[in-house]
Amino acid sequence: MSSLAAVARPGGAVRGSTLVRSLGLVIGLAVVLVLVTDALGSYQQLQLAQGAYYFAALAGLTVLIGLSGKISLGHGAFMAVGAYTVMLLVGQGWALLPAVAAAAIVSAAIGIPVGIAASRLEGPYLAGATLAFAVGLPALADRFPSLLGGANGLTINPPAVPSFLGANVSLEQWQAWIGCAGALVALFGLYNLVHSGVGRSLRATRDDEIAAALCGLDVARQQTLAFVVSASCAGLAGGLYAAVLNLASPGAFPLTLSLSLLTGVVVGGLGSLAGAAWGAAILVLLPSWTNSLAHSLSLGTNAQGNLPFAIYGLVLIGLMLAWPSGIQGGLGALMRYMSNKRRRG
Amino acid sequence: MKRTYVMAALAAAAALIAGCGSSSSGGGSADTPGVTATSITFGTHQPLTGPAAPGYSEIAPASQAYFDYVNAHGGVFGRKIRLIIKDDGYNPTNTVNVVHQLVLQNNVFGIFEGLGTPTHTKVVGFLNSSKVPDLFVSSGCPCWDNGSTQPETFGWLPNYTIEGKILGQYIKQHLGDQKVGVIYQDDDFGQGGLAGLKDELPASQIVSAQPYQSGTSTLAPQVTAVKASGAKVLVEFTVPIYTAIARLTAFTLDYSPQLVVSSVGSDPITVGKLLSVISKGKASGTALLEGAITDGYLPSVGDTSNPWIALFKKIHDQYDASAPFDGNVEYGMASAYTLVQALQAAGKNLTRQGIVDAIDNDGGMWTGPGLVPYRYTKTEHGGYAGVEMGVIHGGVIVLDGKPLTTDPTAGSAITPYTGTQPAPPASGVPSS
Repeated sequence: MSSLAAVARPGGAVRGSTLVRSLGLVIGLAVVLVLVTDALGSYQQLQLAQGAYYFAALAGLTVLIGLSGKISLGHGAFMAVGAYTVMLLVGQGWALLPAVAAAAIVSAAIGIPVGIAASRLEGPYLAGATLAFAVGLPALADRFPSLLGGANGLTINPPAVPSFLGANVSLEQWQAWIGCAGALVALFGLYNLVHSGVGRSLRATRDDEIAAALCGLDVARQQTLAFVVSASCAGLAGGLYAAVLNLASPGAFPLTLSLSLLTGVVVGGLGSLAGAAWGAAILVLLPSWTNSLAHSLSLGTNAQGNLPFAIYGLVLIGLMLAWPSGIQGGLGALMRYMSNKRRRG
Repeated sequence: MKRTYVMAALAAAAALIAGCGSSSSGGGSADTPGVTATSITFGTHQPLTGPAAPGYSEIAPASQAYFDYVNAHGGVFGRKIRLIIKDDGYNPTNTVNVVHQLVLQNNVFGIFEGLGTPTHTKVVGFLNSSKVPDLFVSSGCPCWDNGSTQPETFGWLPNYTIEGKILGQYIKQHLGDQKVGVIYQDDDFGQGGLAGLKDELPASQIVSAQPYQSGTSTLAPQVTAVKASGAKVLVEFTVPIYTAIARLTAFTLDYSPQLVVSSVGSDPITVGKLLSVISKGKASGTALLEGAITDGYLPSVGDTSNPWIALFKKIHDQYDASAPFDGNVEYGMASAYTLVQALQAAGKNLTRQGIVDAIDNDGGMWTGPGLVPYRYTKTEHGGYAGVEMGVIHGGVIVLDGKPLTTDPTAGSAITPYTGTQPAPPASGVPSS
């Protein structure tokens, strides 16, 4: 978080109000989330925790794509970096909180060379390079089996619920809080970044690189920065993943994870932090819904196993046809339509 | 404006989560989840999709078929057995997710035959700390075999090291001191098997041991290396798809060693089908596997005179006819049979602790479709204690009728098992 806040360049009165607004937002959401977790069952608390780490990854990715115009098909690999960092550090006796913070920092550090490469590549070449990163990185676990646990991966014990919370807070609720706290940190940092001078410079670069360069902006540096920030968010997400699911293994970070992160960003609403929340909800809930739907149809096992993917695909296609700008964009349009109608009477 | 959107979106997301899937099943019995007067609910995680699905996706439906048969015969103490099958695609993230869902939301009594080492190792901690019976894991990893630290978890397959030892002894006795090459999956399965093999064979005899990563699409480097080492015997600790790939690769390299394949990857029907698919029909079924040495702990599917095979075939035809009758289906039914034995032994007043105690105390004495006894005591949770050697002939495994048992400790003796396999009960359902 501190690394994110630091990039928000001092900008006078605007900065102050953004900071206050984002603080209010985060505190408000924290209160809502604490109340909500109380009302949820254990499994829904786990789902909320999963949604929270997806949010951190999606928010970082949506800022990268929406603000810098760069794409990444490799963010699942940054999540893997984060998760393995937490596994190794907790294995060394670190506490969970500093380990998760370290996950964000390590991912950011790895994001620097990838980001420098990304700032020089465009379109399909960038997609290909980041894709290779997503495919190649998890294979490192097989290369160093004694350190990274090979194909079987690593596990840690679930985080203990602090004793001052007493017996009222279950493990799942505690994990949901950890996840949500991490997500809110990402939200706070990114909100301030987007509304800072850096955010404006990034938008200028995205819209016209030559014009931005003529205004004195270092285009490559801006784009690398955006990549590092979003890699750091993905690393944070991976760290939260490790805190919630207590595992890291190559099979847990397949190529499809990177692709579904991109899906979540687009379906939720590209470039919007609220869209990232929608995307996270879709990534967690849609598979579980399609599974229940497929099960309720009492088909053969093969059909039952594959049907959820078909339904998932159809829902995504339907959403994109109906709301090309994602759920958040669609809701915005809907609200505007309603308010116009009301005004006209 | 933006802020209200964020708020609205997050609140809506939270509301969605709160609203979804509150349909918990089971209940009824006040203190034991998943048990009512008329039903017992188990859950399982299986690779119905993804890289491990071919073959393995047949296992849980076959178990379900056996439960359907038991339920049609009155169930266990009047309770019908339900099995909730969840797809995890062999991805540990999904495994953790669906197992939590099964335990916390579906309120299952226990987890049954959860499949895979990299997947199931990630839920053993949760299941044991939540005191949820974790019965008959579908993997031969030695890691299930620890009754003192993981009292809820029971393996079922012969431990991979036990199998490797018996394969090694067979090579020593029947193939002399020929050079041996090994291709093994680089995880607990392959490493455990290789460890067992090394326990029996002198290190100098194993001239090449080549690991591969699950998920790779070629074994050409491994097969080439083994061929170059001059090995006359090729031992494979491979899952069916890689048995097929290794066989085709050896064929194209004109390399024909004596094949020795672990039971995990030797089901001729599954491998034969994969062979013809991968070779686009050029390799016809099981002909390429003729003469391969393998082992088994259940009667061979091809042995139609065996009464257990007759029973399972009858149930398969009635309840699971769309699947081929192969080793995976037999596996699912035999494993389900063991679960019914455990439920019978746990008695009418079924509790989670009760079924664990029943397996700890009586499991070592149960007989059934297995050719060897189980290694179940309070501390040993390892599953079948050995295997029987056999050869693939005419597309079926022909076992040699001499079951062997041992334990996974290095240097411990391999002894013949002299007990005979009983015929199945007339009803096909184990009695209490």
